[in-house]
Amino acid sequence: MMKQVLTLLSAILFLVSPGLIQAAPLRIEITEGVIEPLPYAVPDFVPENAAAAQVARDIARVVAEDLTGTGLFREIPASAHISKVTSFSSPVQFADWKAINAQALITGAVSLQSGGRLVVKFRVYDVFAGQELGNGLQFAGTQDGWRRMAHKVADAVYSRITGEGGYFDSRVVYVAEAGAKDDRKKRIAIMDYDGANVQYLTDSTSIVLAPRFSPTGDRILYTSYETGFPRIYVLDVASVGRRMLQDQPGTMSFAPRFSPDGRTVVYSLTQDGNTDLYTMDVASGRSQRLTSAPSIETAPSYSPDGSRIVFESDRSGTQQLYIMSASGGEPTRISFGQGRYGTPVWSPRGDLVAFTKQHKGRFHIGVMRTDGSEERLLTASFLDEGPSWAPNGRVIMFTRETQGAAGTASLYTVDITGRNLKRVKTMGGASDPAWSPLQD
Amino acid sequence: MKILTRAILLTSALALAACSSPDRFRGDEVNLGGAGGSGSASDPTSPLYFQETVGDRVLFAVDQSNLSYEAQSTLDGQAQWLMANADYNAIIEGHADEQGTREYNLALGARRANAVQEYLVQQGVAASRLKVVSYGKERPIEICSQEACYAKNRRAVTVISADYNS
Repeated sequence: MMKQVLTLLSAILFLVSPGLIQAAPLRIEITEGVIEPLPYAVPDFVPENAAAAQVARDIARVVAEDLTGTGLFREIPASAHISKVTSFSSPVQFADWKAINAQALITGAVSLQSGGRLVVKFRVYDVFAGQELGNGLQFAGTQDGWRRMAHKVADAVYSRITGEGGYFDSRVVYVAEAGAKDDRKKRIAIMDYDGANVQYLTDSTSIVLAPRFSPTGDRILYTSYETGFPRIYVLDVASVGRRMLQDQPGTMSFAPRFSPDGRTVVYSLTQDGNTDLYTMDVASGRSQRLTSAPSIETAPSYSPDGSRIVFESDRSGTQQLYIMSASGGEPTRISFGQGRYGTPVWSPRGDLVAFTKQHKGRFHIGVMRTDGSEERLLTASFLDEGPSWAPNGRVIMFTRETQGAAGTASLYTVDITGRNLKRVKTMGGASDPAWSPLQD
Repeated sequence: MKILTRAILLTSALALAACSSPDRFRGDEVNLGGAGGSGSASDPTSPLYFQETVGDRVLFAVDQSNLSYEAQSTLDGQAQWLMANADYNAIIEGHADEQGTREYNLALGARRANAVQEYLVQQGVAASRLKVVSYGKERPIEICSQEACYAKNRRAVTVISADYNS
């Protein structure tokens, strides 16, 4: 049994030579397609005063949910632990953690001070190397921000072991849905990436669609039918104050997205039945036309450096993906596979474009390189659409709608390797997710 | 949208019972029900007559916005009615079925609504009396996930409105 486990471990650490057993740095290479999740232990954090007892347990649980939720890590339950961690500063009994095959050990301590100030400390250990991985870190905040502190701990652990940026301390803005399919009520809502701390930002008197964060997460663009016609609004997250960006009678505007500097919005405007791309300077309201074609041009998304825009167009006869300069000009088609391609979104790392694909009556979320090569479909269902990237560019959230009269929409996440497809916990129906950047 | 706030969407109790009012959701519209200002279905000047006898909607093929012969025939009737009843304006609502991405379907619904508007204007209806809007796949009237339902959802509906202050 032990030998089998060791073989699996070495498979994680040395993907090229699964039979080899030797000491190695604690590391997961996400891009290589992990075979087996890395076993780790996160005992309850040590409460440094009596008031911190509950929150110390809760924080360790959220850290574990974050890590295990990635599909890259597997928690060894407390019932299997040999050592108890009762002091943050005592030496770690590595033999006890090796014996239960914990590759990584996360210890922490929490104190709840007067005035509700919460201080969280943690360390990560590479058990088989018998040493700490990185240095201990400390976060402080208010008690009601305890989940964020747990997410920050998990982000640091994830980052140290994978070498990638984390994504747990992030939020998602989406459309909360209720009611039957032919009488659906929609509200803009915001939540933590894991579905906690839901807040509704609009009521359901008007159809609202496709909210998108600003690059710093302080503002949200969305489309609303408040006037009876689709119009773009910008909403301030802190104050929940909002304003219409433009009211041009006889037109519809939708599919807005911020530029990486947050100063410009690219969007679709429909006039006389024809939909083209425009940009607008948020401060002045001045707009500029980017495309002038009789075809549908929509779903634009900026490259991370702001120099280019990926969008969909049916100028070839069906929906396909194109890239052009952010100031307009001749676009280059990048999608050439069978079927229709829509809703492209540029990865925050710049290397990939995520998209929705329709082929033979099925919908897929997929990724391709920005030159259209290496297309990879990650999902398949009756209706998947609208991918949004996690801040680290490794996970995609999207909408999945089930078929039939009782069909409902839910949010799902999937790794860019196509692994770890999971439903995001939401109250009721949910669609059109947009992931925030990592919070400060 | 001053006109909209003053406008009253005229519908009938019959229509309300027949479908689940997908096109009537805006808070600033007042649903009059059957007994109010929509008149009787036998009164050829009534919006109810327009809806039931002239026919308020045309259907489209998958991913298309061109008007079939049948659709053109319905729109000929709509144009005649609108020219004969100049007190009324109309909003043409374009819709798509659920097989498509949200943004594309909004644009597709706009193409359909625009095709109807252009046809009505060609037949002599003043363009100033017609507005267009697309709901994409947001307001299906049939909710099964089969072609029988999709065919009815790929539609453009001419919704009669009256500006009582004009």
